[in-house]
Amino acid sequence: MKAKVYVTLKTGVLDPQGKAVEQALHALGFKEVGDVRIGKYLEIALNGATREDAEKRVREMCEKLLANLIIEDYRLEIVP
Amino acid sequence: MKFAVLVFPGSNCDHDCYHALKHVVGVETSFVWHKEESLAGFDGVVIPGGFSYGDYLRCGAIARFSPIMKAVETFAREGGSVIGICNGFQILVEAGLLPGALIRNRGLKFICADVSLRVETTGTPYTAEFRKGEVLTMPIAHAEGNYVADPETLEKLKRNDQVVFRYCDAQGNATDAANPNGAMDNIAGIVSERRNVLGMMPHPDRCAEEILGGGDGLRLFRSMVGSLSESRV
Repeated sequence: MKAKVYVTLKTGVLDPQGKAVEQALHALGFKEVGDVRIGKYLEIALNGATREDAEKRVREMCEKLLANLIIEDYRLEIVP
Repeated sequence: MKFAVLVFPGSNCDHDCYHALKHVVGVETSFVWHKEESLAGFDGVVIPGGFSYGDYLRCGAIARFSPIMKAVETFAREGGSVIGICNGFQILVEAGLLPGALIRNRGLKFICADVSLRVETTGTPYTAEFRKGEVLTMPIAHAEGNYVADPETLEKLKRNDQVVFRYCDAQGNATDAANPNGAMDNIAGIVSERRNVLGMMPHPDRCAEEILGGGDGLRLFRSMVGSLSESRV
C-alpha cells in the first residue's frame, strides 16, 4: 500500500515561489495563468496495514511532522 | 552559571555562540549534542543558527524531534532561559515553544546583510541592557525568516509586549522598505508569554565583538547572563 500526500500553503499565506513562477509563466506568454501555488508531494510506502488504519496513521504523520498546520494544509490518498 | 549550546547535524553557528559566551562574556559554556536527553546543571540554553538536517521538509521541522528537544521543552516550561537564533528560532516555532511560523523570504533570496533593529521592549532578560526604541545593528543570514502568524496570534503578541525586535531603517522607522524578508509587522524577534524563551532571526553571535563590526550582540548576551545572575541572588 502507498500513501500520496500533498502539502500546500494555506490560502492567504504568501507563496513567493508561486509568485515567481506565475510571473515567469506570464513572461512566457501564458496570459491565462492566474494564481500559482507551490506545494510538496510525498509518496510513502506502507507495510501491512488495512486501508482504514493506513489513513489514520498517515493523517497522524501529517499532523505531527509532514505539514506545519499553522501555515500548511494537507490532503492524502491511499492507493494499493 | 553554565550555558548549553545545542549542536544538531547541520548547525553552523554553534562555535560562534560558544565563543561569544565563553570567551567574550566569560561564562562557562558547553556544547550539547542533539542526541543527549538531559540539560541538568545548565542555567541557559542557546539553539544556534545553521541548517539542521539540511533544512529538509521545513526549516527546523526534523530537529524539533531530536532527543534533546524534549529536555528543552521541559526546561522552557519550568521557566529556564532559552534563546533560539536564526535556525534556532525556526526550531522553536516548529516545536511550538514560540507562536507563528517562518516562511521563505518574500524576495526568495538568501539574505546575508547587516540590518537595523528597533528594540521594542526592555522587559525581557535578553534586552535589559538596551533602551526601548534604540536602534541596533545586527547581521541576518537566512532564506526563511519571513515571520507569519494568524491575526489573533499577532494581536496577542502585541498586547502582551512579546515583540522584542522589529526591522527598521537607520532612524528607527519600521517601514516596509526596511523589512528585508517580508516578515509580518516587521517582526525580527519575539519572546514567549512567560518571557523566558526568545527567538530571533538576526545573529547576536556574529556581532559580539568590536572586531566583528559591533557589540550589540554582546550586549544581548550580557543582558541574558546579567538577568540570570540577578535571579539567582
